[in-house]
Amino acid sequence: MANMYSKGTKRKFFDSVDAAMDNKAVLYSRQRQSLLDMSLIKLQLCHMLVEPNMCRSVLIANTVRHIQEEMTHDGSWQLVTEAFGGSGPSDHLVATEVLCRSSALEQQGGGPKLYSVMGYDGCREEEVVTDEALCSVTFSDGAPALLGTIDHCWDRAELRMVAVEDRVIKDSGSEVESGEGAKTVMGQVFGTFEIKNGAPGSDPALEELFSAVDASYYDLDTMLTSIQSTPKMGPYNLLDSMASSHGPTSNSSCRTDLSELDHIMEIIVGS
Amino acid sequence: MEAVSCQCYQFNLLLVMLFVTADIISTVEFNHSGELLATGDKGGRVVIFQQELESKNQPQCRGEYNVYSTFQSHEPEFDYLKSLEIEEKINKIRWLPQKNAAQFLLSTNDKTIKLWKISERDKRPEGYNLKEEDGRYRDPTTVTTLRVPVFQPMDLMVEASPRRVFANAHTYHINSISVNSDCETYLSADDLRINLWNLEITDRSFNIVDIKPVNMEELTEVITAAEFHPNQCNTFVYSSSKGTIRLCDMRASALCDQHSKLFEEPEDPSNRSFFSEIISSISDVKFSHSGRYMMTRDYLSVKIWDLNMESRPVETYQVHEYLRSKLCSLYENDCIFDKFECCWNGNDSVVMTGSYNNFFRMFDRGYRQDVTLEASRESSKPRSVLKPRKVCTGGKRKKDEISVDSLDFNKKILHTAWHPQDNIIAVATTNNLYIFQDKL
Repeated sequence: MANMYSKGTKRKFFDSVDAAMDNKAVLYSRQRQSLLDMSLIKLQLCHMLVEPNMCRSVLIANTVRHIQEEMTHDGSWQLVTEAFGGSGPSDHLVATEVLCRSSALEQQGGGPKLYSVMGYDGCREEEVVTDEALCSVTFSDGAPALLGTIDHCWDRAELRMVAVEDRVIKDSGSEVESGEGAKTVMGQVFGTFEIKNGAPGSDPALEELFSAVDASYYDLDTMLTSIQSTPKMGPYNLLDSMASSHGPTSNSSCRTDLSELDHIMEIIVGS
Repeated sequence: MEAVSCQCYQFNLLLVMLFVTADIISTVEFNHSGELLATGDKGGRVVIFQQELESKNQPQCRGEYNVYSTFQSHEPEFDYLKSLEIEEKINKIRWLPQKNAAQFLLSTNDKTIKLWKISERDKRPEGYNLKEEDGRYRDPTTVTTLRVPVFQPMDLMVEASPRRVFANAHTYHINSISVNSDCETYLSADDLRINLWNLEITDRSFNIVDIKPVNMEELTEVITAAEFHPNQCNTFVYSSSKGTIRLCDMRASALCDQHSKLFEEPEDPSNRSFFSEIISSISDVKFSHSGRYMMTRDYLSVKIWDLNMESRPVETYQVHEYLRSKLCSLYENDCIFDKFECCWNGNDSVVMTGSYNNFFRMFDRGYRQDVTLEASRESSKPRSVLKPRKVCTGGKRKKDEISVDSLDFNKKILHTAWHPQDNIIAVATTNNLYIFQDKL
């Protein structure tokens, strides 16, 4: 395990006094980056049809947050976000930016259908709160891009790291409040749509009606086929910029169904 | 000093039974008398074993456990709204104290808890007037005499029937159920909430703990386990992924978000790493039978807490400290998220928990001794006592020792159970159930 990270460090300084310390710092930074990469990949990988373990997701997300805090603290985080064009706010987690990029490419290529849930206005028995930005990411395409760019960015980070004077990078263990970016991503990880159930044993007629609506509403076959093409899709995917655009494609297909649902609701409420 | 108290505690365990299950075992639980042992598996099945009758009459000779009943408790379901499967895997089984001839147990998957009645039938009515023995109806015009049906003995049949289904109360995955000492209520805990149920009422439950943040983006902690106090019906504890245990008193308020006691050990700064939080996450919490102590299991250790002292545990036992230097690899292969359970023996003097490579560990609190044993067919020769195992952490490996790098992390013992009175233990490997007992 000790050899896990060894890639061969490059010596930047010839000063023997600082060399050892910088080597250690660089090694630490590399290990930390590797851990961050691993954590982000773990958060992306979601089981196709079964909800992922929330405890595991929370622990990994907290790990990512710690790393981000530490990297923000020692300035290496800024460099990472800049490496990705800095188009988004600098306090967004790098994963978000990278995913934006890879999923944007995916969209251009006629990417997989978005699966989204519209809010049920006027629903009495259940409230469905949707998370705004559910996006599917084709991991197979995205991953090399992710790792590739991060590697590239790491080289630059190394330069910056080495240039930092007399700072021995250590796990400070500081409980710095995570930035807005972390919160957004965490929300995107956990803020999947949630159903607040009404009293159990609700009106069986209502349930029957909704089950009928459900089956036709979420074209299950289409969704499942799209899942097969994007095996890692799931509500716990790290998300992204698709936030603002539910995706015009999904909106139009949902709109007719939504009006149908409204019609049904009117009938129920009317009775 | 008496000779007995000078003697070191010996763990002399013999393999009594090995049962191969069709699916991965996900929970193991003895009933209150120890006569029955229930296992749940990933396929939603429950298998109940019963101790042989002969052994009960002859206390010197403990009997084997044989299959008593098998039934399908949960089926896979599909949540259409979320478009996700609900696994049928049985997460927990808890027995109710026996009140009459029948046995009752609660079994739960991620979303639904069911109360099962297991009853024996060894007689059947015979001699109906309007029915033939095979069940066909007789033509009433052919009936010339009347008789009273009588019960005749028949082969023993064990029936399991679902008596209650407690559904639709958990948005998140249920990780624990615990029957209250009042035998009327029980709690069920998921990642963010704990609900209180009455065993008779299925369409209503009371939410007693809710740690869901208003904004899910701020979620950093989940509930990992919960249990009622064995004697005090108003007290329960729940553990978290941050390594804390909260004790709550239901008399204080309806919603127990404010804990009565918070048990947390300060972090050791010398051991701090990015994995510190993950390994501090508590995977199991169990009260001692006495109710004075509770035990928690985190990734590397077992801790015993005195309920009267919140600041730190009174005892800490290292289960597999040699894994501390391997945490990154274990994080990579997800083993760091394995949830090991732990259990007490009948008189709270010994605790047991599982590890990797099909090893399990027992810690004798009184004699301050511990042992590592292996549950495998190779090491469990019939009639021979289990040999203690040793993991070599560095340097020269002695004979019979196994090096850390040779450990098989796919062979993990997550579920163990201890008979409430005797030294009989049930240890579950992936899909084998081992029952060991003390050599007499």
